[in-house]
Amino acid sequence: MSDRRSITRDALAIGAATGAYGVSFGVLAVGAGLDVARACAMSLLVFTGASQFAVIGVLGGGGSVAAAMGPALLLASRNAAYGLSLVPILRGSRLSRALQAQLVIDESTAMARAQEDPGDARHAFLSTGLSVFVLWNAGTLVGALAGEGLGDPRDFGLDAMFPAAFLALLAPQLRQPGARQAAVAGVLIAVALLPLAPAGVPVMLAALGVVPGVLAARRAAA
Amino acid sequence: MSWAALIGLAAAAYLLKAAGPVLAGGREMGPRVDQVLALLSVPLLAALVAVQTLDGGERIVIDARVPALAVAGVLVWRRAPFLVVVLAAAATAALLRAAA
Repeated sequence: MSDRRSITRDALAIGAATGAYGVSFGVLAVGAGLDVARACAMSLLVFTGASQFAVIGVLGGGGSVAAAMGPALLLASRNAAYGLSLVPILRGSRLSRALQAQLVIDESTAMARAQEDPGDARHAFLSTGLSVFVLWNAGTLVGALAGEGLGDPRDFGLDAMFPAAFLALLAPQLRQPGARQAAVAGVLIAVALLPLAPAGVPVMLAALGVVPGVLAARRAAA
Repeated sequence: MSWAALIGLAAAAYLLKAAGPVLAGGREMGPRVDQVLALLSVPLLAALVAVQTLDGGERIVIDARVPALAVAGVLVWRRAPFLVVVLAAAATAALLRAAA
């Protein structure tokens, strides 16, 4: 995993997959009543896919903008935990960190945290963040302009691609002390809450899985 | 959706992302904090894998994503390259759906 070229290649693959979902977002956003400018502005400025899909899901179903905000923010809240987990990795001036922060999403965090070397982690964060940013926005524009008729990403198995990618990026992180306990706790919390809690809450609260992880790591070190 | 609502959502989403890196970034945190931060992404990503595989809109759904993730799991365990893992998962789900 330490070869920068292989990191860049994987980052481009993740960008391509999210780009295909960007097309789907553009199509659905226009279908839900947004114009092309607003669909594209949302991908540029909000830039967190799950929240964007939640907004157009509510609007497309006839809900109000106010009703769309809650689910969108719940889904965006995990980015705050990602931002914290990236504190040791993101370097540079405050302005540089403020710019990089727009790229804090599932994919960039997973790629960065999968690297052992701090320099590789920074490269993974930036190459994944930029690749996803460019291709997600390009996809949104294409989808918003084209409208219906581009096919469902699920027909190509793209929805199964994302959990597979996150599993592959999680695996190297499981070697650190306490990580297995944290992962199991996270899965249990999320699956238990999935049928009960609004979208976004299961993954956000799974962050509490860090507690048994840290306790196990400290027991192992003591 | 008004531009004001869109900008408001963007600002809130950005503040969530930026809080950690802008306020706490750029300084040494000490080994105990670093350990917590290094572990923090683990339960989140594990939960994301589970939710993206099972989510059917606030209920659990078992569909082609489950065997696709199983294939990915075996390949990750066998240390297959990242691209092989994600393409095999996509192909598994696509083939199962085409056959159904």
